Amino acid sequence: MTHRIIARLDIKGPNLVKGIHLEGLRVLGKPEDFAKYYYENGADELLYMDVVASLYNRNSLHDIISKTAGDIFIPLTVGGGIRTIDDIRAVLRSGADKVSLNTAAVKNPSIIKEASRIFGSSTIAVSIEAIKQPDGKYFSYIDNGREETGLEVLEWAKKVESLGAGEIIITSVDKEGTGEGYDIGLTKMISQNISIPVVACGGAGSPDDIYRIITEGGADAVVVASMLHYDFVKNHANTNNFINEGNIEFLKKGLIFSKIEPVSLKEIKNYLKHKGVSIRY
Amino acid sequence: MKIAIIDYQLSNLFSIKHALDYLQVDSQITSDKSDIADSDAAILPGVGAFGDAMKNLQNLELISVIKEFTSSGRPFMGVCLGMQLLFSQSEEFGNHKGLDLIKGQVRKFSSKGKRIKVPQIGWNQILQKDKQLWDNSPFKNTLPGEFMYFVHSFYVTAGETNAILSETIYEDIRYCSAILSNNIFATQFHPEKSGAEGIKIYKNWLSLK
Repeated sequence: MTHRIIARLDIKGPNLVKGIHLEGLRVLGKPEDFAKYYYENGADELLYMDVVASLYNRNSLHDIISKTAGDIFIPLTVGGGIRTIDDIRAVLRSGADKVSLNTAAVKNPSIIKEASRIFGSSTIAVSIEAIKQPDGKYFSYIDNGREETGLEVLEWAKKVESLGAGEIIITSVDKEGTGEGYDIGLTKMISQNISIPVVACGGAGSPDDIYRIITEGGADAVVVASMLHYDFVKNHANTNNFINEGNIEFLKKGLIFSKIEPVSLKEIKNYLKHKGVSIRY
Repeated sequence: MKIAIIDYQLSNLFSIKHALDYLQVDSQITSDKSDIADSDAAILPGVGAFGDAMKNLQNLELISVIKEFTSSGRPFMGVCLGMQLLFSQSEEFGNHKGLDLIKGQVRKFSSKGKRIKVPQIGWNQILQKDKQLWDNSPFKNTLPGEFMYFVHSFYVTAGETNAILSETIYEDIRYCSAILSNNIFATQFHPEKSGAEGIKIYKNWLSLK
């Protein structure tokens, strides 16, 4: 079995955006351009998160999904603002392979069971946004880390598994977008205690961070965003199409976060392979 | 050439449709008996539970349609659960009878003592079993050991061992990941989700007949 490298694209309206701690979003460009590039460069899966789904209409997301599904043949998971069985059906119909639930699952856990039964467990991922408390415990949050749920992360993860979810995407809101590395303790706590695949998300700044979350954190798959986006921007910043579409002033001015290396998927995979991690190459 | 993608109201069929559209092949997602019977080739997709799938096929009266189609010699392809359904029976949530087009059982991944992650979700290698079979199959220009995308909790043990086209190893379990038995071809993995290498398999399958 290989460890998956999943490219995450945060989507707001028609744009790819990226923030820190899930906040302070900047526009980077057209999601379909980035998605195509990641597909061609060996991404194992794509994850689209509609970051402000509840505030805007969903048509642009469905457009982006169907554009992607027409010529990108790797699994696509879509999350953000999916509330009902009908929402799931609509996203799958547009061309997604899996959905990621967070708020809907917290507010109505039975949707996990119902959706797994209707669409198959492997179609239903549950995303847990975790914030570490001063006493060291992790609690899960909804609404991009803004609202606390009162659910202790490990207990919630066990419940999610028992309700039939196919995998858990565990995001450290504390680390997300910082490039400080994944939260190894958080991921390890989950991966050691459940039997469905665990996807680690939030904090990747270098290939070594990915290596460590797999070997020390027990992650079955990892989500990478900023590193890949900055690499894409670095390599495409001079193409006209890109300059017109993306607000990259902050990148041109060197405001790139120093802890995040722009690294391509190929470089990540070469690094992991060299270190003996089982991956698809 | 017209391809029927058999809709038994369980699975996500759109990704297979997208792959065939990309190859500019005329296809339709259908539950209609005569649509299926009149097509040049048919695909049985599948994500979901074995028992529900057989129940739906029965309710839609598609079991005999599929059996007649396969006995006509036209190309028939099963994907994922659509492969498992071709076998005799499954132990998924109690015992269920399958289409019994190929002898064999469907079993759940389990490993004595050791904790393993189920479902298997991700990329794994397809290993060659018989070179001659491989070279005369839709895998003909696929390198043995190529990575394909798998999502499943159950796997088949084929009774007809000479129909085993590829094997895959998950957590020390070596199992049949593709079969080719005359006009019936099936993969446990999702070629439509396995990048350019997977799309090539559909292309080869379509050019075989």
